[in-house]
Amino acid sequence: MPIVPLSQIAAARSGDKGEGSNVGVLAKSDAAYAFLKEALTREAVAAHMSGINRGAVRRYEADNLRLLNFLLEDSLGGGGSASLLTDAQGKTHGLALLRMELDVPEEILSELES
Amino acid sequence: MPENKTVRIANGQGFWGDSILGPIRLVEEGPLDYLTLDYLAEVTMSIMQKLKGRDPSKGYATDFVSLLDRILPTLVEKDIKVVANAGGVNPQACMEAVLEVMRSHGLEGEKVAIVEGDDILDGIDGLMSSGEEFLNMDTGAPLSSVRERVTSANVYLGAFPIAEALATGARIVITGRGTDPGLVLGPMIHEFGWQPGDDDLLAAGTVAGHIVECGAQCTGGNYTDWRSVPDLARVGYPIIEAEADGSFVITKHEATGGAVNIDTVCHQLAYEMGDPAAYLTPDVIADFTSFKIEQDGLDRVRVSGVKGAPATSQYKVSMSYSDGWKSVGELTISGPDALEKARLCAAIVWERLAMDGCEYPEEERLEEYVGAGVCHRGIPEAETDAPPEVILRMGVKGPDKAKVSRFGPELVPLVTSGPPGVTGFAGGRPKAAEIIGFWPSLVTKDKIQTTVSVLTA
Repeated sequence: MPIVPLSQIAAARSGDKGEGSNVGVLAKSDAAYAFLKEALTREAVAAHMSGINRGAVRRYEADNLRLLNFLLEDSLGGGGSASLLTDAQGKTHGLALLRMELDVPEEILSELES
Repeated sequence: MPENKTVRIANGQGFWGDSILGPIRLVEEGPLDYLTLDYLAEVTMSIMQKLKGRDPSKGYATDFVSLLDRILPTLVEKDIKVVANAGGVNPQACMEAVLEVMRSHGLEGEKVAIVEGDDILDGIDGLMSSGEEFLNMDTGAPLSSVRERVTSANVYLGAFPIAEALATGARIVITGRGTDPGLVLGPMIHEFGWQPGDDDLLAAGTVAGHIVECGAQCTGGNYTDWRSVPDLARVGYPIIEAEADGSFVITKHEATGGAVNIDTVCHQLAYEMGDPAAYLTPDVIADFTSFKIEQDGLDRVRVSGVKGAPATSQYKVSMSYSDGWKSVGELTISGPDALEKARLCAAIVWERLAMDGCEYPEEERLEEYVGAGVCHRGIPEAETDAPPEVILRMGVKGPDKAKVSRFGPELVPLVTSGPPGVTGFAGGRPKAAEIIGFWPSLVTKDKIQTTVSVLTA
């Protein structure tokens, strides 16, 4: 299986949730969603985002939207106006997660290319 | 009213500071029944309380009055109604200002209504003695730990008072703090006669409100596949075509930029989302995993089958409190060796401050090297050791204003007493700014009285 960035099979949006952020990952196809439901675990996301997030990671699914939603509970350096960070609202966290590299089955990639 | 009518509800303002072109183009460039506008963030309420403290005629979103001055004649000509949370902590003063603008346009006879009851700053102690604890929802801590420093306290009201205000025949409805989706759900309740307990319908209006509440974020703004979005300069702001059965279409005016497709709408559905199966508002608990979403022609997305569950017996309350001070500043450092020189600059600043008795613990200070990888820290392919130039961004925070203030004056001297190639200093020394903390809590609904008042220009 080829190793590709998550951005090849999914899109993302992120924003602030109190002292943390949420990253919604939107699969680009039904097959990509089925694959990501197995592969994009809470643990894998926590490891990839460990430089950004100091807290726990929670994970939710919405099949109708092909959405996996991750809450990074301590990712904003205090959040709100208490944060000193450039990205105090987690606006760029979605793109950070899309950089994650995954072993993706060839047929998922070829279906998306066609 | 005909059962099959369609009501067009737009959002022209996603947040305090959004472009004034959004609402102006919404009312001018196509058909519309309602224009909703969101002016409030949590930090805004605290700022507005301060302004009102200094001047009792302030404390609302003055941008809203400037906007109305530009669009009022068109609103009346096309019979468009406006729902805005521009009242901040002083809806009365906002109403007076709007009535003044109406009269200046010769629009005597037009009505303005306000919704009040969200501001409980003066009622906190009374509510506490009646048993409301205002425990911090995130930490469980008691309010007593910050009570003396609370600067604003507002209940997130729901959509029914907005519907009640629209029933007075008001052209403009002004609220204080309420939920963002409520600005959209209110007109639906008014138009379709939805009732408390119509949970699927209320949930549908809530989903619609969530999709449009950040303006262009559902019509192609902040979208992963950004190259595919045409003409973002002229991006169309979102319009809901609502039906009495709760189904709705998200669209935008013809010949505007941006895009409305399943992907752009799903991006916004994911925004600031917690548990998608339980999206809590004072009106209903909406299930974002329940509905069907489909393309319905060019720049049209249809949502149907939304399910909801009964709302809880409590309102969410947001209080703000003074939580210390912070100061942030930046310098630009050119190459060669930009990152190495920037690191030396930061070390010099911390050492000079320490020489003068100001040491900041690690959790109260920050240094960032913008250009070398700060947004995606810890992800190797998003970082570099060899940027051609970097912005050194430094900051401190803490409870001691004098100590926080001491930081700013030590940043600028690097221009002449640091390594070569330090520039980009403009706008004066960084100054200490107050940190506004937030205290999320709950209050029993029965103890909050909402009122609707209406005046005629």
